[in-house]
Amino acid sequence: MEVATGAGRSIPDVPLVALSGACVHFGAVRALDGVSLSVSAGECVGLMGHNGAGKSTAVNVINGGLTPTDGEVRYGHEDGKNGTGVARARACGIRSVFQELSLCPNLSVLENLRVPHRDLTGFGWRRTAAGRIAGALDEIFPGHRIQPGMIVGDLTLAERQMVEIAAGFAGGPTPPRLVILDEPTSSLDASIARQLLDHVRRFCTNGGAVIFISHMLGEVFEVASRIDVMKDGKIIASRPASEFTQQGLIDAMGHVAAEKTAARATVESSQRIGEEVLKTPEGLNARKGEVVGLAGLAGHGQAEALARYFMSRSGKPGRVKDPEVAFVAGDRGRDGVMPLWSILQNLTLTHLPSLTRRGLVDAVAEQALGADWKKRIGIRTDNLDNLILSLSGGNQQKVLFARALASTAPIVVMDDPMRGVDVGTKQEAYDMIRTEAANGRTFLWYSTETEEVRQCDRVFVFRNGQISAELTGDGITEENILAASFQMQGAGA
Amino acid sequence: MNGKYRILLPVLSLTVLLAAVFYLQPRAMSYFGLNLLFNLAVPIALATIAQMMIIMVNDIDLSVGTFVSFVACVTATFLNDAPLIGVAILLASILAYAAIGALIHIRQLPAIVVTLGMSFVWGGLAVLLLPSPGGAAPAWIRTVMTVKPPLVPMAVVACILIAGLTHLLIMRSSTGTLLRAVGGNAQAVARSGWSVTKLKAGAYALAGVFGVLAGVCLVGLTTSADANIALRYTLLSIAGVILGGGEFTGGRVSPVGAVLGALTLALAGSFLSFMRLSPDWQIGAQGAILILVLAVRLIFSRRGRKWKGAENG
Amino acid sequence: MDNSRLSTVLAIPRRPWFWAFAASAIAYFATLSLTEGRGGGELLSAALTFASFSAIVGLGQMFVITLGPGNVDLSIPATMTLAGTLSLKFMDGAAALILPGLALALAVGIGAGIFNYLLIRLLRIPPIIATLSASFLYQSLAIWWNRGLRIKPPEALADFSTGSLAGLPNLTIIGVLIALMSWVVLERSLFGRWVSAFGQNTRAARLSGIPVETVRAVTYIASAVLASFTGYLLASFSGGAALNMGTEYLLISIAVVVIGGCSIAGGNSNVPGIWGGALLMFLVVSMLNSYGFGAGVRLIMTGAIIIAIVAAASGKGRSA
Repeated sequence: MEVATGAGRSIPDVPLVALSGACVHFGAVRALDGVSLSVSAGECVGLMGHNGAGKSTAVNVINGGLTPTDGEVRYGHEDGKNGTGVARARACGIRSVFQELSLCPNLSVLENLRVPHRDLTGFGWRRTAAGRIAGALDEIFPGHRIQPGMIVGDLTLAERQMVEIAAGFAGGPTPPRLVILDEPTSSLDASIARQLLDHVRRFCTNGGAVIFISHMLGEVFEVASRIDVMKDGKIIASRPASEFTQQGLIDAMGHVAAEKTAARATVESSQRIGEEVLKTPEGLNARKGEVVGLAGLAGHGQAEALARYFMSRSGKPGRVKDPEVAFVAGDRGRDGVMPLWSILQNLTLTHLPSLTRRGLVDAVAEQALGADWKKRIGIRTDNLDNLILSLSGGNQQKVLFARALASTAPIVVMDDPMRGVDVGTKQEAYDMIRTEAANGRTFLWYSTETEEVRQCDRVFVFRNGQISAELTGDGITEENILAASFQMQGAGA
Repeated sequence: MNGKYRILLPVLSLTVLLAAVFYLQPRAMSYFGLNLLFNLAVPIALATIAQMMIIMVNDIDLSVGTFVSFVACVTATFLNDAPLIGVAILLASILAYAAIGALIHIRQLPAIVVTLGMSFVWGGLAVLLLPSPGGAAPAWIRTVMTVKPPLVPMAVVACILIAGLTHLLIMRSSTGTLLRAVGGNAQAVARSGWSVTKLKAGAYALAGVFGVLAGVCLVGLTTSADANIALRYTLLSIAGVILGGGEFTGGRVSPVGAVLGALTLALAGSFLSFMRLSPDWQIGAQGAILILVLAVRLIFSRRGRKWKGAENG
Repeated sequence: MDNSRLSTVLAIPRRPWFWAFAASAIAYFATLSLTEGRGGGELLSAALTFASFSAIVGLGQMFVITLGPGNVDLSIPATMTLAGTLSLKFMDGAAALILPGLALALAVGIGAGIFNYLLIRLLRIPPIIATLSASFLYQSLAIWWNRGLRIKPPEALADFSTGSLAGLPNLTIIGVLIALMSWVVLERSLFGRWVSAFGQNTRAARLSGIPVETVRAVTYIASAVLASFTGYLLASFSGGAALNMGTEYLLISIAVVVIGGCSIAGGNSNVPGIWGGALLMFLVVSMLNSYGFGAGVRLIMTGAIIIAIVAAASGKGRSA
């Protein structure tokens, strides 16, 4: 089918974008491992996969934000003026609407269009911009109440998302040919999500193409003509949507041949677990000696729930010597590591108040604590006075574990602590957590990996900032977690 | 805070202050009185706009005061004696501003320290030019600054012009929009393929332009210059931007508000002298007004944020 | 054993403070070469005396800057002036009131520090604007208090502040003692660890259980107290408090921190460097003076040094 845009000659059957064997490596991590994928005019591709399956990396390669380390990206509408990266992709009509909002909150709705639309200059540009964005908003979301002159920062989250979507579809110097929507409905209510889905279908019927990423299975089935399932940086299934069922899709995303992890030490859990020691407004609760998991797709409120709980129970100057809670960060750079410090200084930070005399740090006691934990947790270094950044990621993570466990805090909060950690270290960490739990410590453990979640005694699954399921014992299975993470019934929340 | 109401606070504070001045000294409500009240506010307003350009891109300029002093010295010496060389020096100094902006962004330097260093440099150049107070204002500047338009005094006309033109430039034009976008979300701007370095250099160059205008105007009013003539402007200009509803981060600035903020600060001094309060409290009153306005603003924004719920912590 | 000592010696040039001292030495000998070595002792003594003031306020500023980006105390000059004026007027030349006068000066510092912190915390404004607006108030308070009258310090205090012990100016001894104390606090104490952690990564510090708000409050109070103490000493040294006595210390306090090799990005402080920077600031000025350069060139050089050091240092530091 011809692209109904009128902007230049388009040859039928030439895909708008084609990846062949694209690989992206971040250090040792293979975020994209030989992906071949093409999108033609009129197609709506549902891109599915669990956290870290490589969806966003694939999207970034398509929109020019990342250059693949290996393999090739080709666009269907190259106009010869080959810019590079983002500019080149835009010139070919590729637009992306990101999950994290990329609007400028200080500008008005129409002014925000100025940033991507380079042709908006000169006298009367505001009228042109207002026309474009209002046209797109009217077309996609009839009945919306957004004026082009409104400041984006004053809009609600849903309205901002609507603006962002409309900007993706708005006509400009090059018309949109392929629009990538990454979780576009995450903050839209049902009726507005409905309008968007209708528009996506209309857009594709008229010769546009869409890549649609969503955790709402119903939505995906409703709009997608083809579904590509990603796992571990590869596309493992690519079939017309009609050949999938919802259950089949969930199975495809999960472990195809689920390797059985070692039987959990559930036997003694009954005698280990004591009275309830914490309860949060969201409905999280945990008992003494219990390992409580928080699961679900990334970004559905688990980390926020943990942070809120931790913040409310710590930071009081009077209690630094016996803290109520300790924290193990997963995002080491943002939340954990002190980059200018040695391993030892990083390790002892939380417990340090108990190692001081008259305000001065007892260097001998600090060394002893460091040596003790180095042995217990197996930090691979010949000298604890080396800089923390000289360690590998996994060993840095061990230091952060030791920082929390060395304290006397009865509750330990862990925010996806195994990110980028190798298998061996993971096993050591599991053992450690079990030993500590047996000694009466309580763990709150957010993880994006099912294997880790299965180490827990009880699991809360989060969706859209709320607890959508509570699983215990044998009920903690990948299937149950996935089912509670994805919205099964129809479109909309 | 809601964008539409951002301008209300500076308007309100200026109105209240002006009403108080008129109440205490009804004779100020005349052509001559207004001119006297606002005369020295013109260069302050221009310097505040210069500061606003920098704050707009999330930086801060500690060298505005010494830069304006330097420009004043150039104006009272070269621009008067050898206009061509004078103009060339002023253009070069604007280029220097742009270069500093680019340097700060490319090397990711803290603007506060680099502009602090530049304040020494500008101050040193000013001392080299005019070791002791002196020089003379070029006649044409005198003429411009002392023009007596009908009905409304020059100072008021000038302030309205400054506010109007910068509003068009920053708030309405497409280039101004892009500059504000850098302050709002530099990552999004870069992701759309713009050079943030060039945009930042542009913002700094604009700051240089308005700094030059401030210095030239100042000499037009005072007829001579000295190397320390405008040192107070650094702090006044920061305070003016904030009073005018600007914020330190996020590209939230308002040129009209900045001019109003500068007028409010300039008026605070006159107000106190009319109150027969000792001039000792002039600076203190500026500080107190600043704190007061920030407190009022906090209450406003708290209200605005209430619907978001349990974020208070 | 010998080997390790050698490597220690070799490591010295890699210390950030080394260059500040090396440059100071060059400036010192360059000045002396003009007089063929005469007046070396006087120059050194003057440098040590005047650098003490910059060093003490610089140490306070260093604590604040170590808290990380955006943290800077612009109220130092006003606090100095206020403490100097108030305490000298209170003592009114009476020797018996020297210690109560000192207590008053320090109380001014504590008050100013608490006020600064409360503005930052309660109004949720950046420290720059909070300390700036507070400094306007302090300045006015100082003007109003003594209306520019110059009250002489008590004789004994003036003698002490200009005197010396075993060849070392008393002020230098005080300045070095404060530097030593600061070093112990930063390198050996729990609070120093917390300050450094705050500056490296405030979020991670909070998540490690550090009471970050307490750390910030104490730091701003410490900076104000050091400023008020300097104001007291400077007023005594120069025979009375002047209303503009603090002005030049705003820029100097930041400059010595930068020159001394502290990271503006936070977390990394450097006590010896503060003294190096303070000496350098004075010696460069006196060198340019003795070579006949005017105030203009001196200022330009100072600015150029600051920018060059920051631009050169940015390559490393921040990437971590």
